[in-house]
Amino acid sequence: MARKPRIKLPKSVNKGQVVQIKTLIPHKMETGQRKNKKGGKIPRFIINKVEAVFNGKPVVTADLHPAISANPYFAFYARIDESGTFKFVWTDDKGGKVTTSKKVTAN
Amino acid sequence: MSNTIRKLENTLERRDVLKLLGLGTVAAATGSIVSGEALATPDSAAKLISKLSGTSSYKSGKITLKMPEIAENGATVPLTVRVDSPMTASSYVKSIHLAADKNPRSEVASFHLTPASGKAEVSTRMRLAKTQNVIAVAVMSDGSVHRVSRLVKVTIGGCGG
Amino acid sequence: MIGRKILSVVAIMGLGIIVGLANNASIAFADEAERRAKDPRNKNYVVGEKKSGYVYMTSQTRDMQDDDFENSGFPWVDQGEEIWNKKMGTVGKACASCHDAASKSMKGVANTFPRYDAKTKKMIAIQAFLNRHIIDDMGGKKMKWESDGMMGLVMYVKLQSRGTPVKSIINDQNRATLAPFLAKGKKFFEQRRGLLDLSCKHCHEDYAGSLARSNVLSMGMPNGFPTYRLKWQKPGTIHRRFSGCNKNVRAKPYKRGSEEYTNLEFYLMQRAAGLKWETPAVRN
Repeated sequence: MARKPRIKLPKSVNKGQVVQIKTLIPHKMETGQRKNKKGGKIPRFIINKVEAVFNGKPVVTADLHPAISANPYFAFYARIDESGTFKFVWTDDKGGKVTTSKKVTAN
Repeated sequence: MSNTIRKLENTLERRDVLKLLGLGTVAAATGSIVSGEALATPDSAAKLISKLSGTSSYKSGKITLKMPEIAENGATVPLTVRVDSPMTASSYVKSIHLAADKNPRSEVASFHLTPASGKAEVSTRMRLAKTQNVIAVAVMSDGSVHRVSRLVKVTIGGCGG
Repeated sequence: MIGRKILSVVAIMGLGIIVGLANNASIAFADEAERRAKDPRNKNYVVGEKKSGYVYMTSQTRDMQDDDFENSGFPWVDQGEEIWNKKMGTVGKACASCHDAASKSMKGVANTFPRYDAKTKKMIAIQAFLNRHIIDDMGGKKMKWESDGMMGLVMYVKLQSRGTPVKSIINDQNRATLAPFLAKGKKFFEQRRGLLDLSCKHCHEDYAGSLARSNVLSMGMPNGFPTYRLKWQKPGTIHRRFSGCNKNVRAKPYKRGSEEYTNLEFYLMQRAAGLKWETPAVRN
């Protein structure tokens, strides 16, 4: 599965407005607790970190564990005082990163 | 027949009964658990929460954990944690930690917030291996820690599919 | 009343119905099931006697389906859209090269599958149809039935019909041709099978709305497939669901894309006429 995240974030907001941001990324979130058909352990492989940064400043960071469901969904809020760019970064156990940016205009 | 099973049910967890009958569906839903793996306990969950929040004295109130009373499926249980806070530079929620007391492991997630969050509310979806308590704590910028827990029932569906 | 609501057939115990009337939890679920059925939110998901699987879900699961940013099926839809617009195969064309915008060209197309295939003189499901089209006309490679790519493409095509009613494709011209397949599908639906000796009809018609342990039995409607199942933690096709159901009654499942399942899907489509398309639905 091409790991393309989905993000819900309004394109323009009023200055100082607090908005909800919804994110969803396809990932199996393999727990490391499961066995394969031969009885061997399937190694853990999850997204362990989600970061949201606005104009270079961190807004929210989430540390995730295998108890988070597959295709991790994460929604949070942000107060937007100025126009700028949101950067979202998902990091997996192997150090792989998926990064997406979204522009927001504050009027 | 059904009497025998009810008797069995009195002595065993329902899931075990199903397993005896070779009909377990939870294993398929949440993945069979590797034997010998340490399971979370209320004690381990409490220790984890204490370690993450740096205290073992909690206040109640100000924090709500919204979860269904009965999960539709343990593999994906939606949750929202909301903390009553002005979220200003002088008073905000620094972190929200989640733990589960009967999953294979206690850890669930930690969220680190900033005044730029504007509102102290996060939502995600978690796995619950069986009926258990989910614990949420909020670490405030003044150092106080608020705690809440919720019992979420995980049932065994009749239809595996 | 509740007694009727809860299946008590010993054979069905295999489905996991162990707790009888004495168990409070079961009664709570029966109440919950009735409450869900009366929820005004479900209004658009009920047509006459027909109920979409949506109606049987908890409000949290319905919330997930209702918001395209919470609906976990959508990353697959996005992938399907990419495939739709990507040039593939030796011919160097994309689906979009000939069919233009899917939002126009694919609207209502969900109704037309499975369709009659004059070449094989059998019914053909959308997955098999797309594969043949990709291989024969586009010089591309076969995609696996349950692969992310095929799933996404089917979901993207079916999404274009979302909100429109499921319509029967049977008319006076094709009735004679299609009737035998419809009959086969219906026969499959009503045929007892497996160690539990249950037919699809037993659970999904006679006892729809009742409990199989903590699951409310749905009417077995196909209007949300491929559907994101919480249990699977990914989307799956209706043939995967058939296969799972067959295994549940301890019957040997057929292959995805088999004649048996394609005819059954065709029958279910006619049976669902009037309900609205929901792909990608979210189910438990």
